[in-house]
Amino acid sequence: MKKLKLSKNIKDNSITYGIIIIAYVIMQIMIKTGHVSSLMQGLLVPLCVYIILAVSLNLTVGILGELSLGHAGFMCVGAFTGAFFSKCMQDVITIDLLRFILAILIGAISAGIIGLLIGMPVLRLKGDYLAIVTLAFGEIIKNIMNVLYIGKDDSGLHFSMKDSLSLGLDAEGTVIINGAQGITGTPKNSTFTIGVILIILTLFIVLNLIHSRDGRAIMSIRDNLIAAESIGINITKYKLMAFSISAALAGIAGVLYSHNLSSLMATPKNFGYNMSIMILVFVVLGGIGNIRGSIISAVILTLLPEVLRGLSNYRMLIYSIVLIVMMLFNWSPKLINLREKYSLKRLFKKPKEVQ
Amino acid sequence: MKKFQKIMSLMLASAMIMTMLAGCSNSNDASNADSSTAETTEAAGEETAEGTNEAASNSGAAFKIGAIGPATGGAAVYGIAVQNGADLAIKEINAAGGINGYQIEYNFQDDECDNEKSVNAYNTLKDWGMQMLVGTTTSGCCIAVAAESANDNLFQITPSGSSVDCINGNDNVFQVCFTDPNQGVGAAQYIGTNNVAGKVAVIYDSSDVYSSGIYEKFAQEAANQPFEIVAAEAFTADNKTDFSVQLQKAKDAGAELVFLPIYYTEASLILTQANAMGYDVKFFGCDGLDGILNVENFDTALAEGVMLLTPFAADAEDEATKAFVSAYVESYGDTPNQFAADAYDAVYILKAAIEQCGATPDDSVSDLCEKLKAAMPQITVDGLTGEAMSWDADGAVNKSPKAMEIVDGNYSLIQ
Repeated sequence: MKKLKLSKNIKDNSITYGIIIIAYVIMQIMIKTGHVSSLMQGLLVPLCVYIILAVSLNLTVGILGELSLGHAGFMCVGAFTGAFFSKCMQDVITIDLLRFILAILIGAISAGIIGLLIGMPVLRLKGDYLAIVTLAFGEIIKNIMNVLYIGKDDSGLHFSMKDSLSLGLDAEGTVIINGAQGITGTPKNSTFTIGVILIILTLFIVLNLIHSRDGRAIMSIRDNLIAAESIGINITKYKLMAFSISAALAGIAGVLYSHNLSSLMATPKNFGYNMSIMILVFVVLGGIGNIRGSIISAVILTLLPEVLRGLSNYRMLIYSIVLIVMMLFNWSPKLINLREKYSLKRLFKKPKEVQ
Repeated sequence: MKKFQKIMSLMLASAMIMTMLAGCSNSNDASNADSSTAETTEAAGEETAEGTNEAASNSGAAFKIGAIGPATGGAAVYGIAVQNGADLAIKEINAAGGINGYQIEYNFQDDECDNEKSVNAYNTLKDWGMQMLVGTTTSGCCIAVAAESANDNLFQITPSGSSVDCINGNDNVFQVCFTDPNQGVGAAQYIGTNNVAGKVAVIYDSSDVYSSGIYEKFAQEAANQPFEIVAAEAFTADNKTDFSVQLQKAKDAGAELVFLPIYYTEASLILTQANAMGYDVKFFGCDGLDGILNVENFDTALAEGVMLLTPFAADAEDEATKAFVSAYVESYGDTPNQFAADAYDAVYILKAAIEQCGATPDDSVSDLCEKLKAAMPQITVDGLTGEAMSWDADGAVNKSPKAMEIVDGNYSLIQ
């Protein structure tokens, strides 16, 4: 009996990895045989980005049980530090892959540190208050990026919060982060393969964390804070751990995002609270705490507006309606009953049970 | 039993992924089907010369021009203007017999003013079989898309992507509008040489590429000019309704002229608020200010005396503009702005370039791009947004900005 229970996790996890690997293999075969349109090929890396974001937010929302609305802020930190590093080191490190791996590490670490710093004051709050404060921090990060000017010349790096003129650069100096104009000309290093490897890495970290001793401590905080505290679990430590790991993973997604487009700007559209809520929608639709669900919903909701392009301006309307219908179908109690009554699983199950 | 359930759920999940993937590839096949005519003619053209002749004689072949811009969201005004402006030009050209006898097919895609969505829109157009791109409308998106089109060697002409980074390093991208630095330098030189004012304040949107780009170059050039910038106040997209602080600072610093390198919506608020606080000062703007007279609930008397550097004004008296404005109003029920005029010109510039190099729709995208790239520096086009426009090989346009002043509720050219 015990053996069966132990292998349940392994089985469950291998299904999740399996989906990703099978999807990757199918896509690769289809690309090689030329059955994939340019639109779909262009969407592959963004899909990886959103899957990583959804899985990492699920760590905060589903496992730690705290509603965070600042996830796009951490993505923003990762995107900018990663792209900044790549721009600076473009001439120094000429091996693309090595530079990109270093950029990912730097993006993840800096987002993790920011997550830790923000987590310390913020995680004292709970529920709605926490959600609002993280929302504010996400906006602060985005706005700081919008006024930050960094340039590079022979004498080193120059910083300014005013405008690019006050950097005082040499004649040969280049402005790397140009305030609201962001970073342009980031090398395009993100590929589908690297994206999938990063997804698997993210899954590995998150799934192993969940099933580890630390993960159970984190879940005990979610389920009953007082009980967890009474048995000597260090609440602050575990909360910060989950929060900063989640932020670091969002940073990875940010690096992947910034190396897929040649211009990176912190607009309300890509790093504002709209994006944070978008990621939260992935998590909620896929099921809070359900990692596999997050992956599937991230894929569906990213593809939907693009597949609906044929409907031109009505597509955002249709998208919203489809979203509402999917939410109801997945989570309305009445519909869950109805689904269970007529589910395929049950239809297959019945004859066996009769036997 | 448990095992069965697990296997079942694995199967269902993978089936779902498969159907999903199949679903997307199907829908793409469907969109490919639309472009199948072009592809087959292209293939025929490559195979035999006869095929080419056939295609030309039955006029089944057509140039496929794509356009990208925000048709939804906050910047939709600009995207829709580009969509309609290009549409109008293409309809006119098609009615007049097309380019070198070939008709034009046109497809516009929405990018929601988002870099990532813009690349998606670009890829959608590629699936459709696009040969030339009129776009994108906004600078940020244009930089992202230009990197993709440079990679594919697809000819791109942007009506209003004014950032220098759009054309830097991409020899396939050309601009219809001025680059931001040119506007900033132009405005500073105009103010300096005409002695409009001695003390200048600037109010700009630091979160906008267009606005901060112009401001930077304006400030740089101001150092060489006889006037002084006494206040440079920024606002961001998040708080663009109350400008009293910025105006008060400009007033305290004794500015005689306020330079507004911003769009007309915010400018109309600034004019109203300056009037309310009794600050009588001259205002000077760039092409973003065009359209200020059409803002709803805005007292146009306040705009009296506002000076702006703009390539296009809907109230201009020349024949071409008049014809364009009346055709546009008739088709789309709206007065065209500068973006529509830029897009309209972009299509005619494409026409001139194609006629110059004698390209046909049977050329591959890359060949077409090479031909057009070679043709662009050779042509001169008289358009709505400038007379005798010509291009360098780097993609920037040469035309002279027009300085306008609003007099009696109308734009009038300052000579």
